[in-house]
Amino acid sequence: MPAAISAISYYLPEKVLSNEDFFREFPEARETSLEKVGVRERHIAAENESGSDMACAAAEQLFSEHGIDRSTIEFVIFCSADLDHYTPATAGIVQHRLGLPQSCGSFDMFTGCSAYPYALGVSAGLIDAMGLGNLLLITSSALTRKIHPRDRASRFMFGDAAAATLLTRSETGQIGPFVFGTDGGRADKLIVPHGGSRQPLGPGSYEEIADEFGNVTSPAHFQMEGVGVFIFSMKTVPPMVRGLLEKAKLGMEDIDLFVFHQANVFMNETLRQKLGIPPEKFVHCMERFGNTVQSSIPIALREAQKEGRLKPGMRVLLAGFGTGLSWSATIVRS
Amino acid sequence: MSIEEFILKIEAEIEELPKGRLQPETNYRQIPEWSSMHALILIALAETEYNVTLTGEDLRSCQTVGDLFQVIKSRT
Repeated sequence: MPAAISAISYYLPEKVLSNEDFFREFPEARETSLEKVGVRERHIAAENESGSDMACAAAEQLFSEHGIDRSTIEFVIFCSADLDHYTPATAGIVQHRLGLPQSCGSFDMFTGCSAYPYALGVSAGLIDAMGLGNLLLITSSALTRKIHPRDRASRFMFGDAAAATLLTRSETGQIGPFVFGTDGGRADKLIVPHGGSRQPLGPGSYEEIADEFGNVTSPAHFQMEGVGVFIFSMKTVPPMVRGLLEKAKLGMEDIDLFVFHQANVFMNETLRQKLGIPPEKFVHCMERFGNTVQSSIPIALREAQKEGRLKPGMRVLLAGFGTGLSWSATIVRS
Repeated sequence: MSIEEFILKIEAEIEELPKGRLQPETNYRQIPEWSSMHALILIALAETEYNVTLTGEDLRSCQTVGDLFQVIKSRT
């Protein structure tokens, strides 16, 4: 694939929910080992902060942080569930608000936690098929809006953010190969059941349900079956990583850094141990962000770069997994 | 593999659990503030220490630490 990641920046909404705030609201949760999730604070999108607001903030950060001339952007993809409108695509609104050329292509795409490797594949594919020089990929999540106020587990875990990635044509960079998969039969493990075309919102949508641990949700809210998702990840991610390495004809030792979707440090640590990845090659990046869904991998990459852990020329294995159920992995090198 | 070892491993993972609180006949839902994280810890333990998959259904249908240990033993 003649494409590479050139630059990443991210935007965090202003409001912060710290662990102190959380335990003040839920004092009974203090003894529940929640700290093992690995989050210390998470950002919460404002009521009136739309998908394009967050997307533009991330893109502006990208342009200024990396000195990028916005007139060189030829395509913009908005990867999010947080659309401004039913129609038109939010990517088009972003094109206008950022002052990108009207010659820009644009569309929205949606996957959840498995998004980034898929989005890289789409972006690299477009660069190749359409002969592009520069493509702007924006991922964004404001999932906290869909979380029930008394769903302790999800409120602790998730944070809102947007990330902007610049992908460019490159002779030396690498994106790929890819391994991916889908199990729509377990869609109910991570779902907002009502509010789409399957079941529009109605009076029954707000009936509260509590799980066996006391987390409250409703059909209009985000529902996560933590145990089911954990088992899915344990069963799916190790074979995906091994399969990808085999496809790339590489060994574990050939990978310099492993960046998984940042869902839960405890879960990722269990995956790391299962795969035998040394800790110094494995990135954890949840403390200040929480699970930011589509943006968790690009934020982790950017942080690793800032810390000096990610250097140019390194081979990085990315693995996304989550809602769908869906999974995807790739290897990148810039 | 013994149930004493199993209990020691659980105690190592769940720091707020006083040593000796868990006995084979303890209903694990009596772990203080039994939470989804505790369920994940038990499942991870089964996976990494015993290479056994416990399901949500196992956790729901078992009552005691001893029950869980029997399920794990039967799958090794």
